[in-house]
Amino acid sequence: MLFGLHWDTSHGELAFAVSILPMLLIGMWVTIEASILGFFVAMVIGLGLAVLKGARLRIVRWPAMFVTEFIRDTPLLVQLFFLYYVLPDYGIVLPAFLTGALALGIQYSAYMSEVYRAGIEAVDHGQIEAAKALDLPGRRTFTHIVLPQAVPRVVPALGNYMVSIMKDVPVLSVVTVLEMLNVAKIIGDQTFDYLVPLSMVGGLYMILTLIASGIVRWVDVKLPKRGLALR
Amino acid sequence: MSEPIIRFDKVEKSFGAFNVLKDLDFEVAKGEKVTIIGPSGSGKSTVLRILMTLEDVTSGVVYVGGQPLWHEKKGERLVPASEAHLRKMRTQLGMVFQSFNLFPHMTVLRNLTEAPRVVLGLSKVAAKERADELLELVGLTEHAHKFPNQLSGGQQQRVGIARALAMRPKVMLFDEPTSALDPELVGEVLNVIRHLAEAHDLTMLMVTHEMRFAREISDRVCFFDQGRIREQGTPDEIFGNPKEKRTQQFLRAVTEAD
Amino acid sequence: MTWTQYLGPLSQGAWVTVQLTFWSTILGAFLSFAAGIGKLSPVRGVRWLSITYIEVFRGTSLLVQLFWLYFALPIMGDAIGINLRLPPVAAGVLALGLNIGAYGAEVVRGAIQAVSKQQYEAAKAMNFTYRHTLWRVALPQAIPEMMPSFSNLAVQNLKDTALASLISLGDLAFKAEQLRNYYQDSTTVYTIVLLMYFGMALVLSVLMRLLEANVGRWRGARR
Ligand SMILES: Nc1ncnc2c1ncn2[C@@H]1O[C@H](COP(=O)(O)OP(=O)(O)OP(=O)(O)O)[C@@H](O)[C@H]1O
Ligand SMILES: [Mg+2]
Repeated sequence: MLFGLHWDTSHGELAFAVSILPMLLIGMWVTIEASILGFFVAMVIGLGLAVLKGARLRIVRWPAMFVTEFIRDTPLLVQLFFLYYVLPDYGIVLPAFLTGALALGIQYSAYMSEVYRAGIEAVDHGQIEAAKALDLPGRRTFTHIVLPQAVPRVVPALGNYMVSIMKDVPVLSVVTVLEMLNVAKIIGDQTFDYLVPLSMVGGLYMILTLIASGIVRWVDVKLPKRGLALR
Repeated sequence: MSEPIIRFDKVEKSFGAFNVLKDLDFEVAKGEKVTIIGPSGSGKSTVLRILMTLEDVTSGVVYVGGQPLWHEKKGERLVPASEAHLRKMRTQLGMVFQSFNLFPHMTVLRNLTEAPRVVLGLSKVAAKERADELLELVGLTEHAHKFPNQLSGGQQQRVGIARALAMRPKVMLFDEPTSALDPELVGEVLNVIRHLAEAHDLTMLMVTHEMRFAREISDRVCFFDQGRIREQGTPDEIFGNPKEKRTQQFLRAVTEAD
Repeated sequence: MTWTQYLGPLSQGAWVTVQLTFWSTILGAFLSFAAGIGKLSPVRGVRWLSITYIEVFRGTSLLVQLFWLYFALPIMGDAIGINLRLPPVAAGVLALGLNIGAYGAEVVRGAIQAVSKQQYEAAKAMNFTYRHTLWRVALPQAIPEMMPSFSNLAVQNLKDTALASLISLGDLAFKAEQLRNYYQDSTTVYTIVLLMYFGMALVLSVLMRLLEANVGRWRGARR
């Protein structure tokens, strides 16, 4: 029994599969929630890192670059354990789900900060000089010249990371988050049939990533990029 | 006259709805040196690319050495050629590209020996011998062990010519061989081609904008316009006394640009 | 307890991580080329097989794949009467290699397709066969282009090996978890472990850069 639902192990594989599908879908919902939360955390921290890496002062820039590299070169699993076991030692006690989303966010912030930087750097330098020549204030240059050109370049890359985050959510099962894989694993542990639930998770993942990639592509197509020479 | 080595029989070529070659009839005799001139987009490259089998024909038949190039005889009927047939036909043709297209990861020597060894099955020694001869012909003996990007454009194009010759083709196709070169490097490439033109049995088909050179080495000049041969004749006829108005306009435009 | 006492067990774990990374990267590289080239094959069956492999392994989660190979595959084996019980090492190497190979395949395919059309035309004019064009013209030019992505994938793979600890493989992440359990000194243990992974990733990046310089020698030659 899981989530108050029962599985049916006595009427063949198909009945079993049908009976556990609702449980897996509940797990899938957790997967989606964790992905979205992790994605937003990554967007925010990533933006912070990108800004710091663009700083003029070396004592700001270098640590930010080091942190990015460090995050990128170490496993999500270990980062997650670190947060899960170390934060409480310092009085920060978070629910497992939030710790997990935070870990996902931190891991992907490193990747996303690179996307932001690449997006901003791709804006032709001449554009900024033209803005200067027109005496546009720095803020306005950024919001009206740089951002509209950077966003269409950045969004598809960020979207692809959303899909990657989704595929990393099962790691959160190690800190008891009941996402899709964990649900399947528990069902397997209880019924001694891993084949059906794990295969179903595989199938559901295929569907999930297909839909997510579809959305990313759709957003990419819909983005305003009048006159922008992309790629 | 004996069977021409190249014959286009009512050839059409379209890219989508765009008709590049229109009902083209065109012949080249064995050993003949023919130059194709004409405005941009008139289908000059397309003629060479069809011969090199880089582009197929939409309709009509191309013959090389009396055999259909893009078709095979099946009884009386002509059916689209198989890859095996194309491979066999290709051995008669060699091509020199505007942008050289050397293999950048192979030394000059490897560029010349690779195809003779793996396609013609020459031994290592024989291929090397052939390459050495050709390098001497194009004056690059001391550059044999360099990579293409260590050579000047003119030197690269001379390697390009040697590479095509290494396959001993009967017909050499040149698509604007000097257009990508700095002006001071054009001469060295033209000299090599001029030298080749002295060989009587080598058929040459060249697209070029070097009018003086075309006049000097060609047996015949064809003026292409909108996918057709608008006018053709000896260099003296075409350059000295063009009959068609389009030809006169074209020649005036290119000589003014000089 | 001083931190130096953790180093022994952690080094043992790190050595397992290194081996795991090495073998799965080799397997992944092989699969990358097989499926990347296969996806461009003129033979339809080969093309479909490659596409299916790539889509399945890129479309699902590595941990799902690992668990499937370790927990589900034996059950499938039982059902058809074959023993498909994999030892953890085999399941780990296989899952990691299959996963990274699917991503690598797209890199290989992309790099082959990025070789300029003119090179393919020159190869055709020289009458090379399809195979010869692929092996002697396209791949030598494509491989240097693949190297930066391969380098990222190798580091990704190193990080992914940590997941193998979840099927009780005694790698670095596994040893870390053991030590933490025993000594309840999470800050120290995990700090050391993170630093060790970081160090290994740096070494791996350097190795990949050396390899890149090696396969791209001809590009360095300049007048
Ligand atoms: N692969 C292709 N797809 C579509 N159109 C093409 C293709 N190749 C050539 N064309 C078009 O066919 C026409 C003739 O091309 P071709 O290259 O034969 O011209 P050309 O006479 O060699 O011109 P140029 O002097 O510019 O080289 C051009 O308008 C060109 O745009
Ligand atoms: Mg042309």
